[in-house]
Amino acid sequence: MQDVTTEKKEFTPNIVAFCCNWCSYAGADLAGSSRLTYPANVKIIRVPCSCRVNPMFVLKAFQRGADGVILCGCHPGDCHYVTGNYYTRRRMALLYSFLNYMGIEKERTRVEWVSAAEGARFASVMNDFVKTVTELGENKRLTDLRVKEGE
Amino acid sequence: MKEVELKMLDRAKALLESGEVARVVGWKKGDFCFDPAPAVFETVEELDGFVYDWFCGANLSKYLIQIAKKEGKTAVFLKPCDTYSFNQLVKEHRIDREKVYVIAVECLAKLDVEKMKAKGVSMIESVEVVDKEVRVKTAYGEETLSKPEVILTKCETCQKTHQAKDEEIIVHERPERDVNRFAEVEKLEAMTEDERFAFWRNELSKCIRCNACRNVCPACSCVKCVFDNPASGIAAKANDDKFEEQLFHIIRAFHVAGRCTDCGECSRVCPQNIPLHLLNRKFIKDIDGLYGEFQAGETTEGKTPLTSFTEGDVEPKDVFQGEAK
Ligand code: SF4
Ligand code: SF4
Repeated sequence: MQDVTTEKKEFTPNIVAFCCNWCSYAGADLAGSSRLTYPANVKIIRVPCSCRVNPMFVLKAFQRGADGVILCGCHPGDCHYVTGNYYTRRRMALLYSFLNYMGIEKERTRVEWVSAAEGARFASVMNDFVKTVTELGENKRLTDLRVKEGE
Repeated sequence: MKEVELKMLDRAKALLESGEVARVVGWKKGDFCFDPAPAVFETVEELDGFVYDWFCGANLSKYLIQIAKKEGKTAVFLKPCDTYSFNQLVKEHRIDREKVYVIAVECLAKLDVEKMKAKGVSMIESVEVVDKEVRVKTAYGEETLSKPEVILTKCETCQKTHQAKDEEIIVHERPERDVNRFAEVEKLEAMTEDERFAFWRNELSKCIRCNACRNVCPACSCVKCVFDNPASGIAAKANDDKFEEQLFHIIRAFHVAGRCTDCGECSRVCPQNIPLHLLNRKFIKDIDGLYGEFQAGETTEGKTPLTSFTEGDVEPKDVFQGEAK
């Protein structure tokens, strides 16, 4: 039986962060080894390059319960594969703008460039994104009720 | 339109008789005057059923992917908007340009029988168009409709001209038009997020996943579609969850972004009247605004917005703040 007197549990968002292997994932590593903290609810998915992220990945993350999706790659000009992130930039600009056109809150999606040397920046980017999504609340517009866990 | 039809028929006959082409792709009479259907004619006798009238809205270019692979040359009749789809398919190596003989035909907009029916006109037996009037003969008598009110939605904003032709059949010059095809998209952009969400939820919830939009779309020409993959989790025939509707339409619009010629076929065939063109036009508008004006299908060469970039491209986060202007 649920105790109705207990206070409402605070909302902690599920965040999916797609990080490219060469810059942002290494940046996350550096944040860890420098003992910088960022929320544990950020689930990192390593991809070879930010341009590996296909719009389906973003939508599937939301489907499976993400409240926010952030994509991190090397700074433009620094891509390990030379030009991958330039394509990412166009794709995500269009996809995110389109999602917003469909009424999906624009704060739920983000693209940030984080290099392998920017451990501190990685932590602050994640802290900031988690804060934004926490304020925004649960993702209700792009979820699939079938994959939701029962309350 | 009759004059145009006769000229087309003459050319089709001549081309088949001389053996210059092995077949002609055009439209054939349906059961009623308002339902002509795309058809392939291989002999002069078959041309008896040939028709070109106010209801030939269907875009024939996609049929060429398969038909033009056959032996010999194929002649096809293309309206202005259809030529863009044709070029796009040539560009994507789906059609061999050398194997097709394009006869560009005039179009002064096509009629939408659903819009006519919605105006209370039924049992249509024949139509005649005089300037801005559509004179309809029905089983109950005669009716006159205003043409601009009953043309296909895709024709309302069309300013297209023939972009591919080996010859042209034009009897009447089309009046110049100046219309903003993004007006509806702008209206949606001006709404709040909540309103936009409600709008799309309402529209997309009508989708029955008949796949007609995908199947008719010249840009959707993949042999194997991502939505046919059972592992995609959304290959169900009917939608179980609103997410499937969203996913299907978001991904489909994204997959044709930069390749959609705005031919309007998706909205025309949707049995649920979902304004699908408002999805594709958002991408077109954003691309135009962010990366420079681009019209897919204008040429058969050159880079496309999503397969190219510049170093100074806008950052995704600025697209939001600037509302993608
Ligand atoms: S998405 Fe619609 S308008 Fe665009 S090419 Fe396909 S059918 Fe034509
Ligand atoms: S044609 Fe209309 S109803 Fe059919 S799948 Fe497309 S949007 Fe859905």
